[in-house]
Amino acid sequence: MEYILIFIAAVFVNNIVLAQFLGICPFLGVSKKVSTALGMTGAVTFVMILATLVTFIVQKSILDPFGIGFMQTITFILIIAALVQMVEIILKKVSPALYQALGVFLPLITTNCAVLGVAIMVIQKDFNLLQSLVFAGSTAIGFGLALTIFAGIREHLELVTVPKGMQGSPIALVTAGLLAMAFMGFSGIV
Amino acid sequence: MGKKLESNFLNMVVVLFGVTLIASAAVGYVNSLTAGPIEAAKQAKQVNAIRQVIPGEFDNDPSADVWKVKTPDGGELEFYPAKKNGEPVGTAVKTYTNSGFGGIVWLMVGFNPDGTISNYSVLEHKETPGLGSKMDTWFTANGKGNIIGKNPGTTGLKVSKDGGDVDAITAATISSRAFLDAVNRAASALAGNADATSGATQQNK
Amino acid sequence: MNNFKVLANGIFRENPTFALLLGMCPTLGVTTSAINGMGMGLATAFVLIMSNLVISLVSNIIPDKIRIPSFIVIIAAFVTVVDMSMAAYLPALHASLGLFIPLIVVNCIVLGRAEAFASKNKVLPSIFDGLGMGLGFTLSLTLLGSIREILGGGKIFNLPVFNENYGMLIFVLAPGAFLALGYLIAIVNRIRKAN
Repeated sequence: MEYILIFIAAVFVNNIVLAQFLGICPFLGVSKKVSTALGMTGAVTFVMILATLVTFIVQKSILDPFGIGFMQTITFILIIAALVQMVEIILKKVSPALYQALGVFLPLITTNCAVLGVAIMVIQKDFNLLQSLVFAGSTAIGFGLALTIFAGIREHLELVTVPKGMQGSPIALVTAGLLAMAFMGFSGIV
Repeated sequence: MGKKLESNFLNMVVVLFGVTLIASAAVGYVNSLTAGPIEAAKQAKQVNAIRQVIPGEFDNDPSADVWKVKTPDGGELEFYPAKKNGEPVGTAVKTYTNSGFGGIVWLMVGFNPDGTISNYSVLEHKETPGLGSKMDTWFTANGKGNIIGKNPGTTGLKVSKDGGDVDAITAATISSRAFLDAVNRAASALAGNADATSGATQQNK
Repeated sequence: MNNFKVLANGIFRENPTFALLLGMCPTLGVTTSAINGMGMGLATAFVLIMSNLVISLVSNIIPDKIRIPSFIVIIAAFVTVVDMSMAAYLPALHASLGLFIPLIVVNCIVLGRAEAFASKNKVLPSIFDGLGMGLGFTLSLTLLGSIREILGGGKIFNLPVFNENYGMLIFVLAPGAFLALGYLIAIVNRIRKAN
């Protein structure tokens, strides 16, 4: 039950993009087509769960016992950067097909603040390891959901005439605002 | 510009190690400088919070007379009794809840001697920026979910969504429930009813 | 390019928010009030200036292949310093910015300027670049924060402008951030075209 609550809260109620404003860059950047949105979602899910696992273990077994919690930001971002590199190298060797699908998105993930944000959040929320992993997975799904819906809307937006000043990012932001409003409807269900 | 250092293995390891070492040392040094002030800032916030939630004047040092109560889930509530000329004028209770969206929320709640709420102050929370932060004013006399003057007693306050009479913060029902959970916890513990404390926690799950 | 051109470039022509659309997460996340926007902007500006300064100094002794990780460590160190200093001396602001302070480290503006400008230029221009970009970012965050605070709560920098009951709460909630920024960029685009 507890895990279902974490899942629903992370995917709908406190959607990482539309309610918490993390991961906005890829949300606006790679949301022109549904297919690229799905690729990005795959890469983010993979890295987010992996990064949360590693940073959680490092926090509990190195930073906390030695009382060097102030090194959190430096440690976490280095771990994430290293993980992304490693995943890229391993994917290239092991599964070229998957690398083809996700490869181009991987370098973008280091500076995706959602990944670092989730890693820090699970420490702040004092989750245990399993809760953290469920939270990371759910957050990634929430990210994917918002990204895919948004990409679907933008594909249709291509077909309509938008006033000159609103073309490009302004109309995208207004669309995202309406989407955020729709997601506000989920508030209070948990 | 001068010539760049070559990217051979030794250079890379030495430089990256050096950069990390210097950065860590610098951060550690700043940490040793700011650890004290951070603690002091938290302390000052607490003293101000006591002053803020007790309406009348008091002449004792509530921090010296503090007493603590353990809660069933392993936490601790702190009670700061305020007195004037030996007569109790109210109690500030440092209370918390685990059911906030962002984790623990710490509050200081002031109670009049008759058990009604005199005022409150949010000490620490990790709720969504801009929403959870509304707790600061929402439940005050000028806010939309006024709880000042209410007596939670043993039944506890509830948001209107759960059949109570307190309006929840718009789009932050979880934070509002958590807030009331902390208030109820303080009230029932103050009334000396330890069982109701755990009851109030379970209602919100 | 002289230093003042570099400075003005960051504030106006290549304004990180309106022209480059960088650093969108804090831009949308913390601008519920003018003071939050300004605090976030200044914190980012400090990190930008300091990391630009240090990176322009040391970029010669850093081998190319580990350039990015080294830059990230330097930036993360300054972010942690800002985080701790704000917790010590500005606890209220620190509490309301929350998670977004450590997240300055993944703000694309900071790493972007380190990579695109500071690693290729001398110390002084790099400082001015950091200052310009930082001020540009602060300016747009303060502007967006003010607009949301006025529309949402009838206040600016906590000074009441009109009765709070007439405020449109939506603007301090999540959707309002997207809407306000969308229209603001449209207006800025319009002004740019007119020039």
